[in-house]
Amino acid sequence: MGIEGMVNPPVIDFPREASCFDIAGLSLAYGDTPALEGLTLRVPRHRVTAFIGPSGCGKSTLLRALNRLHDLDETVTQRGTIRFEGQDIHAPEVAVDELRRQVGMVFQMPNPFPMSIYDNVAFGLRLQGGLTRRQRDDVVEWALGAAALWDEVKDRLGDSAWSLSGGQQQRLVIARTLAVKPSVLLLDEPASALDPISTLKIEDLIRSLKGQLTLVLVTHNMQQAARVSDYTAFLQQGRLVEYAPTDTLFTNPRLAHTENYITGRIA
Amino acid sequence: MTLAERIRRSRPVNEGAGAWLAAGSVALSLLMLGGLLLLIAVRGLGHFWPASVALVELEDGRQLAGQAVRELPLPDGQGRERLYFTGNRDLDGGVWAWLPVEEIAAQRHPADLVVLERQRWGDFIGRLVAVEPRETEDAPGQSDPEGAWMQLQARLAELETLREARETLERETIRPLARRLEDDPDNVEARQALEAATARVTRQTAAMEETTLVLESVAGDRFRQPLDAVLAASRPNAMSTGEKLGAWTQGVWRFLSEGPRAANSAGGVWPAIFGTVLMVMLMSLLVTPFGVLAAFYLNEVAHQGRLTRLVRIAVRNLAGVPSIVYGVFGLGVFVYGIGGTLDDWFFGDSLPSPTFGTGGLLWASLTLALLTLPVVIVATEEGLARIPDHQREGALALGATRLEMLTRVVLPMAVPAMLTGVILAVARAAGEVAPLMLVGVAKLAPQIPVDGDFPFLHLDRKFMHLGYHVYDTAFHGDDVQAAMPLVFATALLLVLVILVLNLTAIFLRHHVGSRHAMTAP
Repeated sequence: MGIEGMVNPPVIDFPREASCFDIAGLSLAYGDTPALEGLTLRVPRHRVTAFIGPSGCGKSTLLRALNRLHDLDETVTQRGTIRFEGQDIHAPEVAVDELRRQVGMVFQMPNPFPMSIYDNVAFGLRLQGGLTRRQRDDVVEWALGAAALWDEVKDRLGDSAWSLSGGQQQRLVIARTLAVKPSVLLLDEPASALDPISTLKIEDLIRSLKGQLTLVLVTHNMQQAARVSDYTAFLQQGRLVEYAPTDTLFTNPRLAHTENYITGRIA
Repeated sequence: MTLAERIRRSRPVNEGAGAWLAAGSVALSLLMLGGLLLLIAVRGLGHFWPASVALVELEDGRQLAGQAVRELPLPDGQGRERLYFTGNRDLDGGVWAWLPVEEIAAQRHPADLVVLERQRWGDFIGRLVAVEPRETEDAPGQSDPEGAWMQLQARLAELETLREARETLERETIRPLARRLEDDPDNVEARQALEAATARVTRQTAAMEETTLVLESVAGDRFRQPLDAVLAASRPNAMSTGEKLGAWTQGVWRFLSEGPRAANSAGGVWPAIFGTVLMVMLMSLLVTPFGVLAAFYLNEVAHQGRLTRLVRIAVRNLAGVPSIVYGVFGLGVFVYGIGGTLDDWFFGDSLPSPTFGTGGLLWASLTLALLTLPVVIVATEEGLARIPDHQREGALALGATRLEMLTRVVLPMAVPAMLTGVILAVARAAGEVAPLMLVGVAKLAPQIPVDGDFPFLHLDRKFMHLGYHVYDTAFHGDDVQAAMPLVFATALLLVLVILVLNLTAIFLRHHVGSRHAMTAP
């Protein structure tokens, strides 16, 4: 059975009050190439939600739509609405820089800026301004601690961020994002470029953050999704196939299609 | 055939031809470059070496003193002839002598031959008879060449002190007073002070003219030479190698530090060095912000459509426009257009003599900035394109606005590329001569464009340039032959100046680069 034939994909629903993102009828295309088609789902607050699916299914595209990173690409056309805490993020009164401060993002490739470790973490704070040097130091220490990096770098905060290992760089990027105190953290395959030990550290970090933050994780590693997420959405060819609590989706998927994917029978 | 057999060599490998051809081209290029530098270095620096003076006796009994320059075979195979630099333009009318080698009966190098560098008439080569006060009668009595030589050296040292004192007086007393009088013509006090100072200068000048030298050429012509026109004296035949090295160093230093004399055919090139460096630095200051902003707009702001592509192609093609065309543009737009308008608005008092409506430092720098603009734009754009998008997205995801993203993340990362552009621009601009001839370079600009008078940097003044100096010295002197070593020396200097400018920029790039550790991803 092709997924084109499914009219009402089996999805769970959260009450509007408990949802952080409320996505309705979202379609998105790069030029003439459609990437998302009629996506409707709600992302629960203070939980970890994972988007899984084969390469090119649109999971990263969906993630980048949540903090309007597609604004940079002139070829992108978009329909449907995304509400963040009830506010349509495309409404003219929304300040996109404030939205992105609230909805932080960590990318697949660790992308620390070419400056010192301290300056990387303080980057967002300096953009906001209004902190004394002392307060800024405190926030930097807190953020590096929250990202489980403080003990490793506390003696060399002035070193270039590019001197860190890949796993440390990724945690630095997370610390940099946490420093501006976002309420959402979007993670776009944050561990795919890392070794297994660094991956475990990132996963521990995700678990430790979910009490305070809404986390949205894109991954092509199903074990990872199973390990860290509370809810999982399975996407294929730009459509939502199944969306359920992680335990349910991995142990008892409602659709054969989902089962085939998570057991590795289709790529 | 097994796999092991298959990967064994079945025929001798000949990777020779391609590798040799490539290595050969590199060797040839290096050889040509080395030959070029060696030629200008030897011909240029050799000029300052005190060449020994030969006293030549010819078969017919004539005598002649000069420095051998080179030897050529006669056209019809009748032996060889040799070129001597004989100096003494005031006595002989010329300074060169071609002598057939077989007519030379004897050649000696007597130690008492002197070479005098003079302000007028060029070098004197001959004998020093006496050093006397001006008013003495000719007394061809017993001559004492050794004593006269000692006296001459002492007098030359005194003269140097006097010259310096006079220059200081003129610079620090007379010129400021003259300026004050210009503003306030009724200031009696200043007028008296000025008259007193002028009188002192006159007295000093008279004192310098007091002494004359009695000189005699080897042919026997005797004449008097006022001492104050003598710049330097040497007896090359009597010098040891160490002394010659000292004289050479002094010669090079004077070449670097003094202004030109005798219609650029002698003297130094300091104003030209200064003009070249100042013009290039001004040009860099003008071109960098424009080029960088243009590249930022093209790469970061503009919609990447057909129009942007068209503009980009046009900019790259601008780099290929011949430089003289830029010169014509600068003359038409900057000098006549903008400069003429500025004169009408602000300098109406001094019209019809133009202030900005004629070539000058500012217009030359602007023209060269325009000429090098494409280089800076292209280099900066390439640097911007190399910055990965995830760096930009990283900044935006932290709530940076587009402007904050550009200034705080992209700009610092693009600095090395910008400096590469500036290095290329400097290399191109420092060597340009053609456009400068139209927009402000001068054969002789006695005043360098920076001095103590407000506004200190005189953008309207004409300036000298090493490249143009080479051209002028080589083609526009009365005696091109004599000026040729200076052409080589100036060319060598131009190469060195460009090298130093480039090294400065490269050092700057390295310094900025290492601060950000621009090595990883």
